[in-house]
Amino acid sequence: MSDRTDLLIVGAGPAGMAAAVTARRHGLSVRVVDDQPAPGGQIWRGIETVAATPRAKRLGESYLAGAERAAAFRACGADYESASQLWQIEPGFRAFVTRGGKARAVTAQAIILATGAQERPMPFPGWTLPGVLTVGAAQILLKTADSVPEQPVWIAGCGPLPLLYMTQLLAAGGRIAGFLDTTPRGRLGPALRHLPRGLGRLGDLMKGLSWSLALRRAGIPIIRHVTELRAEGEGRLQRLRYRTEAGQEAEVPAEVLLVHEGVVPNIHAPLALGCAVSWHAGQHCYVPVLDAWGETSQANIFVAGDGAGIGGAEAAEPRGRLAALRIAAKLGRLDDATAETAAAPERSALSSALALRPLLDAFYAPRPQLYAPPDETLVCRCEEVTAGELRARAVEGRPGPNQLKAFTRAGMGPCQGRQCGYTMAHIVAAAQGRSVEEVGFYRIRPPLKPVTLGELASLDEQEPAA
Amino acid sequence: MFRKLHDPGPQAVTIFIDGRPVTAELGESVAAVLLRQQEGWSRTTPVSQSPRAPYCMMGVCFECLVEIDGQGSVQSCLTPVANGMHIARQQGRRSLSA
Repeated sequence: MSDRTDLLIVGAGPAGMAAAVTARRHGLSVRVVDDQPAPGGQIWRGIETVAATPRAKRLGESYLAGAERAAAFRACGADYESASQLWQIEPGFRAFVTRGGKARAVTAQAIILATGAQERPMPFPGWTLPGVLTVGAAQILLKTADSVPEQPVWIAGCGPLPLLYMTQLLAAGGRIAGFLDTTPRGRLGPALRHLPRGLGRLGDLMKGLSWSLALRRAGIPIIRHVTELRAEGEGRLQRLRYRTEAGQEAEVPAEVLLVHEGVVPNIHAPLALGCAVSWHAGQHCYVPVLDAWGETSQANIFVAGDGAGIGGAEAAEPRGRLAALRIAAKLGRLDDATAETAAAPERSALSSALALRPLLDAFYAPRPQLYAPPDETLVCRCEEVTAGELRARAVEGRPGPNQLKAFTRAGMGPCQGRQCGYTMAHIVAAAQGRSVEEVGFYRIRPPLKPVTLGELASLDEQEPAA
Repeated sequence: MFRKLHDPGPQAVTIFIDGRPVTAELGESVAAVLLRQQEGWSRTTPVSQSPRAPYCMMGVCFECLVEIDGQGSVQSCLTPVANGMHIARQQGRRSLSA
């Protein structure tokens, strides 16, 4: 396989696959690297193996739709490298990728980062105990391992994903102990202001309502407006305590607790490449600054999919195709007018896919307590730094997140701040009376994923001596 | 913590967790198998030696690090099982002499 390619795509989810198919159609050589063992991203995880099994049906139609996308991607002629981790991109571009314990450099003229989203970190006392997982993690276990919690499971949080997962879990014969809904009181009014724009997506709204109804029909206990959570146990989750806005408190036995408070774009790669980001007030996270094609502030680096701002799979595909069209034009395979013509239906598909998003963002915006956990909460899971320690340090000389990282090691562990970055920013902002946007985020440096010395040394085998 | 809904049948393989043979299914990740064990944890932390288990299952939390076939700190949620694989739960920080 050549180590030169016109286009390098990072991520083989909906955006990456759509971009690859479009770029190949216009004659570009395309390399796709992805850290998963098979294409599909998170939404279509394991689709190639699962589609033919009896469990595929109960995972729903939007999951099954991934099968034809994966097949089209496999057939498009892109070089696809699964189980590969991208850890550095140098100007020019030279991208460094590790696969099977060996590192290699790939030279590309343009790059599309289609690295998707991660679940919004949700710190509370005890969230590091074995037995506490994210709802996304449980859904991946259902899709790829056909596994469900052994005992009736507690689910806490908000957003469409918990509703979808609970529906899928019931269909699979799983049992739910209760749903601790963290959506604050009074969200409906502000959310409904965005209804006119979302009217074209009534089908999606109905789907969400049908999930809620199915849960109610199944008699699942739903506790509304939960503001505080506490997981307790010796070496594993055994008890769960919660408190609601109205002051109702309870302690319940629990073996597995699944949590979810929405998703945020993976911004580590764009940040490390020096791409400008801006604070998205509606989605309460950073998003890369992009032009109408998805090009970042760094020429020839594009972001497509949920990494560009949360929009779901249906928005990810047109974003991927738009980026590929622009790159084909920039590399001279397509004239600008033809690219514009081809872009028109993609732009309209994107706009339609995003129509319901402002309503969802307003309804499920993170509750105020989310990033203000009690002092004993571990904010940095890796280095075990508490909220109390960060608060105490944050008032000594107004340090920013990077100084606090140096003082406390928060953000220095293997996850590289993916689980503590936003909490850190909010704690600093609250302690110093500044806005989260003003406080900023960790400075992200390569390697984007941990790399061993052995992997680095293996680069030598690839490059002929000068 | 978790249970599998079907019998793997011909897709079944055997992997070893801390030396104990365990049935797994081709196509699933090592982390998924760990979560089906009586002891669902994957490692203890380098700072306080407290147990951790797979948390995100999508490669962003690094709680599922284990030793696989002699290589330390591998993300078990990104690693599909293979017949005869040896998994060791990781205890605390890695020793320099190991």
